[in-house]
Amino acid sequence: MAPKTLYDKLWESHVVRVDETGMALLYIDRQLIHEVTSPQAFEGLRLAGRKPWRPSANLAVPDHNVPTRDRTAGISDPISRLQVETLAANCRAFGITELGMDDPRQGIVHVIGPEQGFTLPGTTIVCGDSHTSTHGAFGALAFGIGTSEVEHVLATQTLPQRRSKTMLVEISGTLGPQVTAKDLALDLIGQIGTAGGTGYVIEFAGEAVRALSMEGRMTLCNMAIEAGARAGIIGVDDKTIEYLRGRPMAPQGELFDRAAQYWRTLVSDPDAQFDRVVRIDATAVAPQVTWGTSPEMVVPVTARVPDPKDESDPVKARGMARALDYMGLTPGMPIVEIQIDKVFIGSCTNARLEDLRAAAAIVRGKRIADSIKQALVVPGSGLVRAQAEAEGLDRIFIEAGFEWREPGCSMCLAMNADRLAPGERCASTSNRNFEGRQGSGGRTHLTSPPMAAAAAIAGHFVDVRAL
Amino acid sequence: MEPFQNLTGILAPLDRANVDTDAIIPKQFLKSIQRTGFGPYLFDEWRYLDHGEPGMDCSHRPRNPEFVLNDPRYEHASILLTRENFGCGSSREHAPWALYDFGIRVILAPSFADIFFNNCFKNGLLPIQLPPELIDRLFVKATQPEPLQISVDLPAQTLTLSDGEVIPFAIDPAHKHRLIHGLDDIALTLQFAEQIRAYEERRRLEAPWLFS
Ligand code: SF4
Repeated sequence: MAPKTLYDKLWESHVVRVDETGMALLYIDRQLIHEVTSPQAFEGLRLAGRKPWRPSANLAVPDHNVPTRDRTAGISDPISRLQVETLAANCRAFGITELGMDDPRQGIVHVIGPEQGFTLPGTTIVCGDSHTSTHGAFGALAFGIGTSEVEHVLATQTLPQRRSKTMLVEISGTLGPQVTAKDLALDLIGQIGTAGGTGYVIEFAGEAVRALSMEGRMTLCNMAIEAGARAGIIGVDDKTIEYLRGRPMAPQGELFDRAAQYWRTLVSDPDAQFDRVVRIDATAVAPQVTWGTSPEMVVPVTARVPDPKDESDPVKARGMARALDYMGLTPGMPIVEIQIDKVFIGSCTNARLEDLRAAAAIVRGKRIADSIKQALVVPGSGLVRAQAEAEGLDRIFIEAGFEWREPGCSMCLAMNADRLAPGERCASTSNRNFEGRQGSGGRTHLTSPPMAAAAAIAGHFVDVRAL
Repeated sequence: MEPFQNLTGILAPLDRANVDTDAIIPKQFLKSIQRTGFGPYLFDEWRYLDHGEPGMDCSHRPRNPEFVLNDPRYEHASILLTRENFGCGSSREHAPWALYDFGIRVILAPSFADIFFNNCFKNGLLPIQLPPELIDRLFVKATQPEPLQISVDLPAQTLTLSDGEVIPFAIDPAHKHRLIHGLDDIALTLQFAEQIRAYEERRRLEAPWLFS
């Protein structure tokens, strides 16, 4: 039998049928639902008089709009409140489990899926959210979909799909101290561009990927979408299986062992063929900071803001000039001289326990710079928050001048009250630095949790390795 | 969904690469629980000089004269010409809803972001990928004093420009079929309900933990 990639295995085990044009009907094992992209899908079901095919295959949570403080007061913005209430009402009406705003397990949809063991290897997982790629860290085929597709999955448990091309990103070597999965992801996007992965499913493999914790692997797969890929996936190993053991929604006991036996087959066969291969040496990767308004506009912290004059492609050069203008930066300026106003440690990219521990290790015993107007830590879920508190991380952050918040998307996209004012500059551990993403006119620099923490202390970017 | 067959309209040139879904419809408008009414807020941050909020009456808001859709030549454009990686960013379907609600039906670009591209077909929008050199040429033609009109013929897969040039384009046959007939994807899929159930039965034996 011809050797198969992990993607081939995941794909082939989910094809229900293929039509004459080659379009497959793919079975979807799991759907995660949040308040922003689901109301119109439930409405569509209702209008057509349809019912969910398998309610138990869905798990819902409000995260994008939820306030990150004073939860007891409810949501003050009436439009946000309506959206969150609509989700709860829809879940009740259609028999779908929801971890509501007051549930201790509530959190960002891509954090709670793995945490609850709802995310499992060998499954197909969708969500009306592009960062669904996160779940690929578990050897699952996970991708973001639009609202029409959310409705389609609710109604049929399937999606019409075409097979993607496969890209292998082979990461050799070892990451240096304080260099993280986030830096690997940004380095890759800097190399292949935000459209570099379009049409592909990226498999991350190699020594450096094996060495990453499940948290780090989730960060890497989370950012695969920023490289334009449909999904990011990583083969199953002991770490994957140990992470899932005992999780509430994962199989238990004898069934777990049986599942684990199957999960171990979820790796690319030796000699499997990929459509494209990209190699990265982890040893050479430095902490990364974005300087522009697209994640591909990224450089190592030791570099300078690039000059559009050095770019030969005129469309690119214009894009760079526009980004620099928006970001209020001058070409040639060292990254470490960029002064920041706010710091955001959070998002589905970097708000898991390991991220908070890494940031706290930098912050411990120090104070944020006087020039910092606000520094937020927003844990990815209620359980992350509780565990961090049990370890005393909240005290470390609060004593340093950070605000310690309730879980949610928060300033990653500023749909709730947490946002940048026009012109404000933020060191952010999130995944998108688009214009206005963190608030109209706000300027976002994407970076890792230790780098964001170090920037909060210094008031400007610093090379966290030199501390 | 409205069937799509032919359309003749003005081409509006939006000369930017990597136009993301946050730019197409800023997030404050995503709080709606409806599918319509997003048109006035399409490209809100570029189109208006003030900050937009949901529910605002846009007819009196100050417009940015520099923005292409505020140019009287392109006000009623139904075809958008743009640069690579259009629609990147989030999976939100609000982006195609806003474009459609504004009156855009066809988008021409050298490349599109994956999820956005799929979402278009589900909402009656036709995204057409054309070679970069051709896009460059269309930008030149679209920015003349007299706007360029294009007739889109989906069954024949051609674009006919007002100056007579005819450009063929490619499209996935499944996408074409659904657009032309305005078919509801869910109804189509439910024709195969038996096969879906058969799959589930098989899978339940192989991976029982997925069904407990
Ligand atoms: S944290 Fe940010 S990127 Fe992640 S799901 Fe929430 S809004 Fe999307």
